[in-house]
Amino acid sequence: MELFLTSLLNGVTYGLLLFMLSSGLTLIFSMMGVLNFAHASFYMLGAYFGYVISTHVGFVPALLIAPLVVGAIGALIERYGVRRAHASGHVAELLFTFGLAFLIEEVVHLVWGKSPVPYKVPAALDGPLFTVFAATFPTYKAFMMAVSVGMLIALYAVLTRTRVGLVIQAALSRPDMVEALGHDVPKLFMLVFGGGVALAALAGVIGGNAFVTEPGMAAAVGTIVFVVVVVGGLGSLMGAFVASLAIGILQTFAIAIDWKVPGFERLTVSQTAPVLPYLIMVLILIARPRGLMGTRET
Amino acid sequence: MTRRLAMWALLLAALALAPLLFSKGFAISLLCQTGILVIFALSYNMQLGQTGLLSFGHAVYYGLGALFSIHALNLGYVPTPLVPLVGGAAGLVFGLLFGYVTTRRAGTTFAMITMGIGEMVAACSLMFPAFFGGEAGVSGNRALREPIAGLTFGPQIQVYYLVALWLVVCMIAMHLITRTPLGRIANAVRDNPERAQFVGYDPQAVRFHMVALSGLFAGIAGGLAAVNYEIVSAESLSALTSGQVLLATFLGGVGFFAGPVVGAIVVTLMSTVLAAYTQAWPFYFGTLFLVMVLFAPGGLASLAVLQKRLWEAGALREAFAVYARLAIPVAFAVGAAVLAVEMTYRGVRTPGAWLGAAAVLVVASWATRWTWMRSRDRWAVASTALEAKARA
Repeated sequence: MELFLTSLLNGVTYGLLLFMLSSGLTLIFSMMGVLNFAHASFYMLGAYFGYVISTHVGFVPALLIAPLVVGAIGALIERYGVRRAHASGHVAELLFTFGLAFLIEEVVHLVWGKSPVPYKVPAALDGPLFTVFAATFPTYKAFMMAVSVGMLIALYAVLTRTRVGLVIQAALSRPDMVEALGHDVPKLFMLVFGGGVALAALAGVIGGNAFVTEPGMAAAVGTIVFVVVVVGGLGSLMGAFVASLAIGILQTFAIAIDWKVPGFERLTVSQTAPVLPYLIMVLILIARPRGLMGTRET
Repeated sequence: MTRRLAMWALLLAALALAPLLFSKGFAISLLCQTGILVIFALSYNMQLGQTGLLSFGHAVYYGLGALFSIHALNLGYVPTPLVPLVGGAAGLVFGLLFGYVTTRRAGTTFAMITMGIGEMVAACSLMFPAFFGGEAGVSGNRALREPIAGLTFGPQIQVYYLVALWLVVCMIAMHLITRTPLGRIANAVRDNPERAQFVGYDPQAVRFHMVALSGLFAGIAGGLAAVNYEIVSAESLSALTSGQVLLATFLGGVGFFAGPVVGAIVVTLMSTVLAAYTQAWPFYFGTLFLVMVLFAPGGLASLAVLQKRLWEAGALREAFAVYARLAIPVAFAVGAAVLAVEMTYRGVRTPGAWLGAAAVLVVASWATRWTWMRSRDRWAVASTALEAKARA
């Protein structure tokens, strides 16, 4: 019971963090039709910027400034990079984001070195919040959950309750029509790309100190985020939410279980944990290419 | 036809004579490394260039081929020169297996499934350490067998000629595949799958065959890597290796048979020679890749072909006049950028140096732009000649 509860709480926290990453990716994909391979790199940049800003002016300003700065960088990259690559087709666009991920990792190597930076949880949020049986639940995890849920509500409100949200939603499915009605669709693309990147950076600011801020952190979550987006259904925010939670919970549970896998001598379930998300993704892509809740094929 | 034969003869002569020119141990192992990457990149191009399938998991075939080869080397039933065949067989089997799964869809889905399979196989390496060798990898010794015709394959020079032999065999085989009906239809499927299907070919079956064949050659490259390095680690299966071959192939140019060859040479040179001078080489490499994606999506080979066409159209002089004008400001801009990167890496904090570099960068960028604006007319003359020639 104790194991179950702690695993569930950890799984939900991890899942919510995954959702922060994948919501931005989903928005960008639904609008531009191209998967941004560099998305997790912006998560990493968010963590590093968060580290630098929080050591100078504190954690709370970092929580605001870092996503804005990284989002602005993202918007500029959309304007002068992605848009230009798009002119040469989808493959060029995909390759551009792929090369960008490679380049951002190298920039991080150059500027901050190859070893982790000491990005710490702020003192005010450090410590246990409550105790479940013998295990304590850290305050910071509750804070992460609160930020994720708050972001989910804010995103939902912006998309469904504001004029900009309505135009974005319309541009997702009928960009030509929206353009004809006099809205600046390319500018909207820039806004959505920057916004999605800012969400990833926010996840980096609050995830970077909970985990480790190091140059490999983008590669570590990069592919998992793809799994989430594909399993949930490309373009579906709700699908991304469900898939994030499912994969977060599944992975934390698999790691905690030390049963033997039937038919294998020394293999335990926890050892198979890294493979599970990819296995699910491949099966989903074969059986139901539009994912759990997607409306269009990849 | 005679020209093509002459090209192959030239290649053979170059491969045979190269170790005489570059006889240092480092140069010979560099040549071996290049040869292996050339086979790997050409096999990747069978998917990306010929069939239009963007794969993010090609290292699976290379890495599994290398693993099966190193185990074959250690078991000792297969003579060393034929070990790459074990890798090729493994690559083919896994190509058939994964190809059956992946080629049911093309486009982005194919890219994602290959990435998923790549990650899955890489993650498996932690689950079965007996086969994958865990963190340390699997090591072997290529010189343990009885010598064949006096060759032990211990010295690097003998391995070089083994790599060269396999390189020539694989290059000829892959080039011939481009000229078979299968190779031609792969191009048709790449360009217009609906039409290929309408004419009576099953695009999925064509893709499946091409993926399996490309797995075969990637496996041979992996087998050669096993013989050459005498160690296979989990990294050879990883996304890093998949990314490297993708970058090399695209940088060289996917539209041409020579493209991946050029790309493989450039990547090996950058990762060894340039790396000896600066640890920031991946940064320069990544920047070069992005610049190519944005400004020359055809890769380095397409730039070479452009010069050849300009020359044929008699417009090379105009084009070179533009290049010559641009060369100086571009050189200054690149120099300033390199300076800034190196200062970042070495942690230079002198404000004067930074201001100087920034000033040169800004002025040179502006000068580049200004020169380009003023050279546009001449460039237009060159490209008009090119178009006129193309229409004639």
